[in-house]
Amino acid sequence: MADLSPISWWRRFLALPNDSRLKTLGVAFLVALVSAITVSATSVTLKPRQQAHIEAARAANLAAMIATLPGLADILRQTGAETLETVLVDLRTGQIDGNYDATSYDFLAAQTDPAQGTALLPEDDLAGIGQRPHLAPVYLLRGVDGLALVVLPVYGKGYQSMIRAYLALEGDLNTVAALSIYEQGETPGLGSRITDPGWQALWSGKQAADASGEIIISVVRGSAATASEVDGITGATRSSTGVANLVHFWLGADGYGGFLARLKTGDL
Amino acid sequence: MTKSNLRHLTSPLIDNNPITLQMLGICSALAVTTALDTALTMSLALMAVLATASTVISLIRRHIPASIRLVVQITIIASLVIVADQVLRAFAYEISQRLSVFVGLIVTNCIVLGRAESFAMRNPVWPSLLDGLGNGLGYGLILMLVATIRELLGSGSLFGVPVLPLAVDGGWFVPLGFMLLAPSAFFIIGLLIWAIRTRRPAQAEADEFPILTAAAGGRK
Repeated sequence: MADLSPISWWRRFLALPNDSRLKTLGVAFLVALVSAITVSATSVTLKPRQQAHIEAARAANLAAMIATLPGLADILRQTGAETLETVLVDLRTGQIDGNYDATSYDFLAAQTDPAQGTALLPEDDLAGIGQRPHLAPVYLLRGVDGLALVVLPVYGKGYQSMIRAYLALEGDLNTVAALSIYEQGETPGLGSRITDPGWQALWSGKQAADASGEIIISVVRGSAATASEVDGITGATRSSTGVANLVHFWLGADGYGGFLARLKTGDL
Repeated sequence: MTKSNLRHLTSPLIDNNPITLQMLGICSALAVTTALDTALTMSLALMAVLATASTVISLIRRHIPASIRLVVQITIIASLVIVADQVLRAFAYEISQRLSVFVGLIVTNCIVLGRAESFAMRNPVWPSLLDGLGNGLGYGLILMLVATIRELLGSGSLFGVPVLPLAVDGGWFVPLGFMLLAPSAFFIIGLLIWAIRTRRPAQAEADEFPILTAAAGGRK
């Protein structure tokens, strides 16, 4: 008579020779099942904590960048604005897209989702990002005399990692107000020096484009000579030119170029 | 703890060190030792994964079919590594950002699979746990030594606290940029191995392919 109680069934399973087909499949299945449950449970339980860290890091970077801008605290006080206004920009048209809630838009996910982006041709892909999302969040600060500051989230490939930063432009939409790199995985001690506050401060006040509108801001070896050149970092040439390339890309026609042009002519 | 069990814990520290004797886990030893805090976090993560993996594998060792034993071992190790990585991301976010992929790469660290295959598969749970902890400690010991040298000479600090006044801040110490590059760890580990084998000649291996010299009479 077959004993159907699960315990004796389990005992008989364990008593099987290790190399029998049933035991092999059974052990493989059980190990996979237990492992999968452990991993999923950990991941789900810890997700809120991790997300909070990421949000905090992002907010702290934005706050730190705003703090480096002279006079910004005054502007905030004058306008009575608590913080920056967030808008979603459709990079295909350069228009502000009012259909979505800008605060809940997941820019990070859109960067890798083929359905939410356009693939870039290798020759256009200065930043090395493969595809560009259709929508991007932009932070605007309007002062008493109109637009005071535009903060653009930018990213691109450095020497060995994706570099993510905020690029702030002043009201003329050509002068860099600040650059703040908040995520990178460059070589520690060498490429990672792009996060040096001293180096990032070199970007402030630089002119992004020349009179004809062409983006000319660049990182040069040695000492910067013009108002559009930033000193390179010795030993971190590829990381610092990576930053220059991503700034180029995002200010160009495939990036925020169209939006900035509309903003400049007041066509929004 | 009996004497033989204690040996499982202490022998991997120097006599049977996973890095300097078995030459395992070199990759991560190069990558995470530019600073002491990352090296310490990495050592703790590896120790936790190694001890847990050894315990779990030893626990089910009588029921692992020989034909799929490596698959089973690596599944268990990989799951534990993901858990360790997730925990670090949740509770030590800043350090986990700096360790980037290297916590995830513990799964490819030969020490873990090596101990599972050569020890935990054949020994009871308690010695396996001690063996895992011991090897983790041995790995951590070398990592901390290398990281101390690299952080001190490369950044003039220990655990991020400035020790040597840097020349850029008006001090006298000019950091050695080379110490921040991976090859410097090769040199330091090489020198460590040299030092250990000079003190303990038993660790030196016989020359498998000796270089022929005229004095040795040519062909062997």
